[in-house]
Amino acid sequence: MHWDIVWQNFDYFLWGAFPQGPLGGLAASILLAALGIFGAFWLGLAAGLMRLSKRIWVQIPSIVYIEIIRGVPLLMLIFWFYFLAPVILGRRLPEFECALVALIVFTGAYIGEIVRAGVQSLPRGQMEAARGTGLSHAQAMTHIILPQALRNMIPSFVNQFVSLTKDTSLAYIIGVNELTKAATTVNNRTVVAPTEIFITIALLYFVVCYVLTSASRRMEKHLSRYQARGR
Amino acid sequence: MTEVKYTFDWNLVLTGQYGDWMLQGLLLTLKISAVSIVLAMLMGTIVAVFRLSKVRPLIWFSAGYTEFFRNTPLLVQIFFWYFGSEAVLPKAVNTWLYKQDFEFAAGCIALTVYTSAFIAEEIRSGIFAIPKNQLEASRAVGLSFIQSYRYVILPQAFRIIIPPLISQFLNLIKNSSLVMTIGVADLTYMARQVESYTFHGFESFTVATLIYLAISLVVSFTITMYNKHFLRQITY
Repeated sequence: MHWDIVWQNFDYFLWGAFPQGPLGGLAASILLAALGIFGAFWLGLAAGLMRLSKRIWVQIPSIVYIEIIRGVPLLMLIFWFYFLAPVILGRRLPEFECALVALIVFTGAYIGEIVRAGVQSLPRGQMEAARGTGLSHAQAMTHIILPQALRNMIPSFVNQFVSLTKDTSLAYIIGVNELTKAATTVNNRTVVAPTEIFITIALLYFVVCYVLTSASRRMEKHLSRYQARGR
Repeated sequence: MTEVKYTFDWNLVLTGQYGDWMLQGLLLTLKISAVSIVLAMLMGTIVAVFRLSKVRPLIWFSAGYTEFFRNTPLLVQIFFWYFGSEAVLPKAVNTWLYKQDFEFAAGCIALTVYTSAFIAEEIRSGIFAIPKNQLEASRAVGLSFIQSYRYVILPQAFRIIIPPLISQFLNLIKNSSLVMTIGVADLTYMARQVESYTFHGFESFTVATLIYLAISLVVSFTITMYNKHFLRQITY
C-alpha cells in the first residue's frame, strides 16, 4: 500500500494549492455547495410559493420548472450550461460559475418541493386564523406561515445540502478544481495508489456529509416538539 | 466578443450514423439500469434483513454500509470501483471482470452498491411502518414467525414500499448518466460524442434530455396512479 502518497498530498486534497494558487480540494467543494444552497434556497422558495398560488398562470411556470428539472440527470443539466451557454449567451461561462448555476437550478427544483410540502403540512387553521385577525394573504404568509414552515423545513434543507455536497463532485466533469478533480489529478500523477486515494476522498466526503446528516436527525427530533398540529 | 452563428439540423442527430449512436446509447442506459436495479434490489433486501435481524455484527455491518454509501458521492464510488477495485475484490473475480466488459461491470457495481444502500433504508422503514401489534396478533392467531412475515407483514409493507422503491429505480436511471466518466457509452456519452463530432450539441443534448424526461414522466405517472388506486386501501 502507498499511504505515504495520500499523506504527501493531503493538504492538496483539503484546500488545493491555496495560499500560492487557486482554492481547490475539499474547501472548493464546500464553497461550491454553500454558494449553491444559498442560491437554490431563494430560487426554491420562489418556485415553491408560486406552485402554491391559486392563480394558474403563476402556478404553471413553477410546475414546468420543477417537473422538468427533477426528471433530468444533473450531469445533463451541467452539460446544457457548459456547452450551450455559448450558443445562447455568445460567450463561454467560466467552469466554476457554470457548475454553480447548474447546481442552483437543479437543487432549486427540489427545494421548491420541500417548501411546498412544508407550507402544506401546517394546519389550515393557521392561515385562517391569521386572515381572521385582519392580516392580508402576503402578511399572513411572511409573518405567520413561513416562519413556522421554514423552521420545520430546516432538517430537509440540511439533507438537501448533503445531496448538494455529493453532487458538487460532478463539477469535476467540466473541469472545476474541487475534491474529485484533486483526486484524479493526484491519481494520474502517481498512478500506483488509486485505491488509497479514492478511499481517502470518499472518507473526506463522508465525514462532511455524515456530520451534517446526524445534525439534521437530531434537529428533527428537537423541532418536532414545537410543531403546530391540526386537530 | 465573437458572435456564435448556429443553424439547427435536427435530422443530423435523429437519422443516419448519429441517430444510431443515440439509439445505442439509450439501449445501453436501459441495459445498465436494468442489471443494476435487479442487483440493487437483491443487495438492498439482504442489507435490510441484516438490519432487522437480532445479530449484533450484522446490524453494525448493515448500519455502516447504508451510512457510508449514502454519504459519499456516486462519482467517487464509480472511480473507486473502476481504478481501485483490485485491492478490495478477490483476484479471481477481478481477472474474470477484466475479461468481460470491465467499464460496464465497474459502473454496474458502483450503481448497485450506491442504490442498494438507499433501497435498504426504504425496505427497513416500510417494515417499521407496520404496527408491531400486527405481528403480535398474527402470532397469537397461531402463525409461526416466518408465516406471519410471509402472510401478514410483508404483503402490507410492500404496498407501502413500492412507490419509494420505484422512485429509487428512477434515480438509478438518472444516476446511470455518470458512468460516461469511465467510458461506458450510454445515452449521455453518446450525446456528448455527437456534440464533439458535429458541433450540434444543442440538438443531441435536447434529444437526450427529452428521452430522460420521458422515462421520468412515465415512471412518476405510474407511481401517482399506483398511489391513487392501491395505497388508499391501506388502513390501520
